[in-house]
Amino acid sequence: MKGMSKIVKTVANFVYGFIIIFGFYIIVHGHLTPGGGFQGGAVVASAFALALVSYGSVNSQKFLKKDIFSLFESFGLTLFIVLAFSGLGITFFYNFLANSGNWFGDAAVIGTNPGNMNTGGLIPLMNIAVGLEVLSALGVIVLVMAKGAEFTRKKENS
Amino acid sequence: MIDNLPYIAVAIFIGLGIYTLMYKKNLIKIAIGICLIENGVNLFLITLGYRKGAVAPIYTMAPSGQSMVLPTPQALTLTSIVIGIATTALILSVVMMIYKHYGTLDTDEIRRLRG
Amino acid sequence: MKKIIFAVAFLIFASFLLVSAINMRTFGDPAISDMDDYFIENAQKETGANNVVTSIVFDYRGFDTLGEATVLFTAVVGIVALFRGVKK
Repeated sequence: MKGMSKIVKTVANFVYGFIIIFGFYIIVHGHLTPGGGFQGGAVVASAFALALVSYGSVNSQKFLKKDIFSLFESFGLTLFIVLAFSGLGITFFYNFLANSGNWFGDAAVIGTNPGNMNTGGLIPLMNIAVGLEVLSALGVIVLVMAKGAEFTRKKENS
Repeated sequence: MIDNLPYIAVAIFIGLGIYTLMYKKNLIKIAIGICLIENGVNLFLITLGYRKGAVAPIYTMAPSGQSMVLPTPQALTLTSIVIGIATTALILSVVMMIYKHYGTLDTDEIRRLRG
Repeated sequence: MKKIIFAVAFLIFASFLLVSAINMRTFGDPAISDMDDYFIENAQKETGANNVVTSIVFDYRGFDTLGEATVLFTAVVGIVALFRGVKK
C-alpha cells in the first residue's frame, strides 16, 4: 500500500516517542497502578501499526524487520519460563523475592499508601517479560498480514 | 427490570452475533459475528463481580473506608481478551488465503466451485 | 422450508436469552464471595504488591498466564506458516 501525505508523516514522527514511552511506563508500574504486561504491550504495538500505515508497507520494511521481532518474542517467553522455574525449591510459581530485602523486596505498608516502587518481588520482572512478548507478537502479526494483503490483491490489477 | 440493564445488554450482544452467523453470506461479516459473541461473553464476566458503591481493588491512593469490587473475574477476563485476539487473527488470515485461491468471498459461490 | 426452520430456531434461542437476562439475580449483589475476601485482605501482606488484580494474575494463578502466553505464541507460529509461500 502507498504511504500518506506529508502532514501525516510529520505529525506521526513527532508522536512516536510519546506513545512508546507511555507504553513502557504502563508495563513497568504494573504492580502499583492499573495495567501490567498485556495492556502495555498492546499500547506499544499500536505505535508500530501507526508507522506501517503512515509510511506504506514497502517503505516501512527498511526499519521494521520481522527477524528482530521474532527474536524478541522467543526471548520474552523463555525469560518468563525461567522465572517460573527459579523458585522450584518450594513450589512451581513461588515468589521468593517478596518481603525478603534483596532486589524488589521491601514490605508494603498495609492500607492505602502512595506506592513504593521497590516492592512486589518477582511480579515486576514477570511483567517486563510478558510485555516484551506481547509487543513483539502483535508486531509480527501486523507486519505479516500487511505483506500478505499486498500479495492477495495483485491478481485483480492484471 | 430496569435494574438488570447490563445483563440485557449482554443478551443483545450475543443475540446479534448469532443472527449475523446465521443469515449473512459474506465471509468478513461472519468473522465480525464471531468477534461480537466473544465480546459479549467478556462483558458478562466483568458484570458478575460488582458490588454496589465500591471502588477498584487497588490500594495506591484509594479512598479509605470503602469496600472493594471482586478482583477474580477481572483476572479471568484479561486472559479471555488475549485469546480472542489470537482467534480473530487466525480467522482473518484463512479468509485472505481463501480469497486468493477462489477469487470471491461469497459462501454460496465457494460451495458451488467445489472440485 | 429451510427459512421457516431458521426463523423458529432463532426466535426460540433469543427468547431464552432475554427471559434469563430479566430473571437473573439483582445487579451488584454477589452471592458467595469468600475467596475474594481472602484475596483482598491478604494480598498486600503476602506478595507485597499494591495491585490485587496483578498479584492474582501473576502470583496466585500464574499457571493460567503461562497457558495464555503459549496460546499467543502458537497463533503467531500458525500465521507465519500460512503466509510462508509469499515471495515479493
